[in-house]
Amino acid sequence: MSRRTRLTVFAVAAVGLAVALGIGLGGLPRFGAPASAYARILNTLSVPQRHATDVVSAISFDYRGIDTLFEEFILFAAVAGISILLRPLGDETRRLPEDQAAGRRIPPPSPAVGLLGILLSPLLVVAGLETVTHGQVSPGGGFQGGVVLASALFVVYLATSYSVVERFEPGALIEAADGAGAGGYVAVGILGLLGGAAYLTNVVGLGQPGNLISGGTLPILNAVVGLEVAGGFVLLAKEFLDQTAVIRGGA
Amino acid sequence: MTVLAFGVVVWLIVIGLYGVVTSRNLIHLVVCISVAQSATDILILEIGYVDHGHAPVFVSLPKHPGPTVDGIMQALSLTDVVLGAAVSALLLALVVQIHKRTGTLDPDHLRTVADEQP
Repeated sequence: MSRRTRLTVFAVAAVGLAVALGIGLGGLPRFGAPASAYARILNTLSVPQRHATDVVSAISFDYRGIDTLFEEFILFAAVAGISILLRPLGDETRRLPEDQAAGRRIPPPSPAVGLLGILLSPLLVVAGLETVTHGQVSPGGGFQGGVVLASALFVVYLATSYSVVERFEPGALIEAADGAGAGGYVAVGILGLLGGAAYLTNVVGLGQPGNLISGGTLPILNAVVGLEVAGGFVLLAKEFLDQTAVIRGGA
Repeated sequence: MTVLAFGVVVWLIVIGLYGVVTSRNLIHLVVCISVAQSATDILILEIGYVDHGHAPVFVSLPKHPGPTVDGIMQALSLTDVVLGAAVSALLLALVVQIHKRTGTLDPDHLRTVADEQP
């Protein structure tokens, strides 16, 4: 199909799409309209029923916990799919980069970037753990905190070099963290069944609202999701960096 | 205000799809898909927005905090963000392998298996 015909077909389809979207969006409540009844009910129930002061976390991991289970497995499946797609192909080999020209001096990473990395990566670990553990009290949770935790390792990549990180990075442990995080969510759900209630029922002691230990299964689920997301994102970056740094094409 | 808010959503979807249709580079195409996809993020948050609403977080609040925005929509947008990241990463992995196999990133230069049959 030539570019011109493709654009013409798109123009017709785009007009149709815009009209359909316009009609669909026109049926929505106006921008800024009061929240739905469902949202208002959850706002009033979340603190007395689940002792969770962050309603968004209570919705994600409790009231709609099964959705988040599937969401977590979509992320898990995506990371697993990327690992399979980016594996070394038949004619490729894995080899750490080494300097072929003997006697050439490779400039070391800039000391300013190194210092920034030393300062930033522990701060990111603390901020990540804080975000993961406070999900039930204030905005945060496993997904957001997991990404922050993974970025702590990305800063180490930046401040040193990939071949340095590749030597000490526990690849098997990261993969295990990713899998354990995904499986952990399923296991926490079974707690509900063991307690004689439905799957993913919040059967753990609820604690004091506003305290770090509150919300029953919410902090546990946030922790396993944080583990899975942090492991998954590190694995993701590793797979892509391996493509440029470690995996060599065939002859 | 409603027209402007939802107009942004329509604009982002249409401009993202326009980029997909006219793209000459597969990485650019993945970025265009994530532009179109970000429209759903904005739409979900806009549906949940309440005039002068505060976040649905009930810790250390002033006496009369007023209405809150819709927490369900915020939880849904979290799902949307995670899916957006997963889809982009998976597509980029495909692009890496396409470039390795065919040596090109231009979708117009990709040939089907049928083309390669003599």
